[in-house]
Amino acid sequence: MDELIIAGKVYASRLLVGTGKYKDFDETRRAVEQSGAQIVTVAIRRTNIGQTAGEPSLLDALPPSKYTYLPNTAGCYSADDAIRTLRLARELLDGHDLVKLEVLGDPKTLYPNMVETLKAAEVLVKDGFKVMVYTSDDPIIARQLEEIGCVAVMPLASLIGSGMGILNPWNLQIIIDNAKVPVIVDAGVGTASDAAIAMELGCDGVLMNTAIAGAQNPVLMASAMKKAVQAGREAFLAGRMPKKLYSASPSSPTTGLIS
Amino acid sequence: MQLTVNGTSHSFEQNPNLSQLLEYLNLTGKRLAVECNGEIVPRSRFGETRLADGDKLEIVVAVGGG
Repeated sequence: MDELIIAGKVYASRLLVGTGKYKDFDETRRAVEQSGAQIVTVAIRRTNIGQTAGEPSLLDALPPSKYTYLPNTAGCYSADDAIRTLRLARELLDGHDLVKLEVLGDPKTLYPNMVETLKAAEVLVKDGFKVMVYTSDDPIIARQLEEIGCVAVMPLASLIGSGMGILNPWNLQIIIDNAKVPVIVDAGVGTASDAAIAMELGCDGVLMNTAIAGAQNPVLMASAMKKAVQAGREAFLAGRMPKKLYSASPSSPTTGLIS
Repeated sequence: MQLTVNGTSHSFEQNPNLSQLLEYLNLTGKRLAVECNGEIVPRSRFGETRLADGDKLEIVVAVGGG
C-alpha cells in the first residue's frame, strides 16, 4: 500500500488541508470531507470574551477524534512567539504534539524567516514536538531542518495564498532527492494541476488552503484536488516516459503503409 | 482585583481562582489553553490556581487557519 508515513503514523491521504477562509463551519466541513484529507491545520488565537456559552466551534465541524489536527504558528514573526504558540496548542489538544512550524519574515509577502525558523525548530524538537516545518525552497536549509530533527519539511510552491503554483520545480526536486523525511509542498497551490505537478516531482504530499477555500466552488475544488494528488502520485510511481527534445517518435507502425 | 485577559483589563470584586474566572467569562467546558504571566497552566490545575492583582492572562482556542 502506498501510504504516507509522518512521525511513524500512517495516513491514507496525501492531501493535507487548511481550515481558514471558508464562508462558515458548514462549508469548511463539507470541503474537508470531500477532500479526503485526514490532517487539517488550525490556527491558535485568543478566544472572544463575552460570547454566549454553547456557540459552535471549529471542533464541532471537524471533530479531533476524526481528524489529526496540525496547529500552526501563523502570524508569528519570532521564534519565541512560535514556540509559545505551539506550547499552548499542545496543552489545548491534550498533549498532541504533531505541529506545523512557520515563522514569517514579512507581512506583505508572508515569506518565511528561515533564521528564526531554524532557531524555533531546534527548541521545539528538543521539547519533544514532532515538527512539520514550513520552509523556503532552499535545499541547504531544508537539509538543516531535517538534521535538527523535523519530521517533515514543507517547502513553499509560491507565496501563501497567491495561487501561483510551483515556481521553482528544480529546487523542489533537489529537496526531494536529498530528503529522508516526507516532503510536503505547502503554500501557493492554485489549482488541480499544481497539486498533480508537485506529486509528479516526487513530493510525499501537498498542503493547501486557499486553493480550495478561495475557489468559486470549494467543495468541487476539494474533489478535484483529491483526484489531482492521487493522479500525480500514480504518475510518479508509474515512472513517466522520457522527454524527447527536438525529435518525434511515432506511435503507429512505420511499415505496411499503403502506397 | 485587576486582571488583564487577552489584552483587556477587567476588574473583579472577589478574588476568583482560574476555574471561577473561566466560569464568569462563559468559557467553562470549552476546549482552550491558558497562559498566566507567560506560564501555561495545565487544565487539571485550573481550580487550584489562585490569581493575583495585575495578573496577565492569555486564553486561546483553535480556529480555522492554513
